Amino acid sequence: MTVFFDILLFISSILLIVGLRKLSHPESANNGNILAAISVGLGIIVSIFYPMETQNNNYLFIALGIIIGGIIGLIAAKKVAMTAMPEMVSLFNGFGGFSAALISLIWLINHNSSGGYADLSVVLFNLFLGFVAFTGSMVAFGKLSGKLKDNHLKIPYASIVNITLLILAVVLIGVFAYQGKLTHVHLILFTVLSIIYGVTFVAPIGGADMPVVISLLNSLTGITAAISGVMTDNKLMLLGGILVGSSGIILTLLMCVAMNRSLVAVLFGSFSSAKAGETAN
Amino acid sequence: MSEIIQFISNNLNMIYILAFAIFLGFEIISKVPTVLHTPLMSGSNAISGLILIGAILLIRVTPSDNYITLILGTLGIVFGSINAFGGFAVTGRMLEMFNKKRKK
Repeated sequence: MTVFFDILLFISSILLIVGLRKLSHPESANNGNILAAISVGLGIIVSIFYPMETQNNNYLFIALGIIIGGIIGLIAAKKVAMTAMPEMVSLFNGFGGFSAALISLIWLINHNSSGGYADLSVVLFNLFLGFVAFTGSMVAFGKLSGKLKDNHLKIPYASIVNITLLILAVVLIGVFAYQGKLTHVHLILFTVLSIIYGVTFVAPIGGADMPVVISLLNSLTGITAAISGVMTDNKLMLLGGILVGSSGIILTLLMCVAMNRSLVAVLFGSFSSAKAGETAN
Repeated sequence: MSEIIQFISNNLNMIYILAFAIFLGFEIISKVPTVLHTPLMSGSNAISGLILIGAILLIRVTPSDNYITLILGTLGIVFGSINAFGGFAVTGRMLEMFNKKRKK
């Protein structure tokens, strides 16, 4: 019985690759989108019925989650104005990141916040990326929809703050993983740090550069999906996540080229864009 | 150190898939025309809705009386579903518009 589901998962993986391939050609893009959707759908069905060692199933919660989320997603996609598509993508992407962060939290709770060095560092890294993708996408959404102006969220010495926070996060992951256990206070502090970093990372970047940033955050969400795939031993998630992650990075670079900007200028050029904003005022 | 080696040997298959998928992702996207950038971003964003599978797998092994985890997991599924369903629907709409423009 397990083999049957494994074969389905394999077919789904192939569909995903073909779908993404078709998505990148103008004539076949629509078919590619449908194929990718079928692949994800198949993956969901397999994950629901896959035989597991200790299964409590909790199907009620799963059905409830999919129905509520599916309806909200479909309605939001249908109602959104054509001009507001990029910010919708950003919003969806943020939700994906939040989901990844929740998955890491659940893993930590299920394992009593303790584990081996490798496991813990991977999960904490996933938690960090998930929250960064979430809050970062929310800021990007705010900027694109015009609710958040460039001068609303001003971070003093943004580059220095960002680098300090990033180093702090990496060091904390190392320390917690080395200890092999997290207290509740540590977990909450680390979560808060991740949430703050997402905001300070995107806030200094000008509104015009948001599409590039969304593409970058999209690639981050892909990586969290891949890591969650390793955590739950699901090869489709790993494959899909890495495909999104690597293609997302290439796409980010291509978008920079199309806009005649370098990625470094987009991420760290915040300095100049903030100055330009000041002189405009 | 021994634990890292243990981790690698436990996940060798995964590491192979990871390495190949990185190259595959680079190859697939490298020649995409500029007009497709936004739909492709949206489409790959929808694919990362796969994250929902992780939430489903974790919630299935959670004890039925562990309500905190169950609620967090259900939330994870809700947000993952919004990403997946909404993402593919939005991409579909974008491509529809794109096809109409091409036909004109």
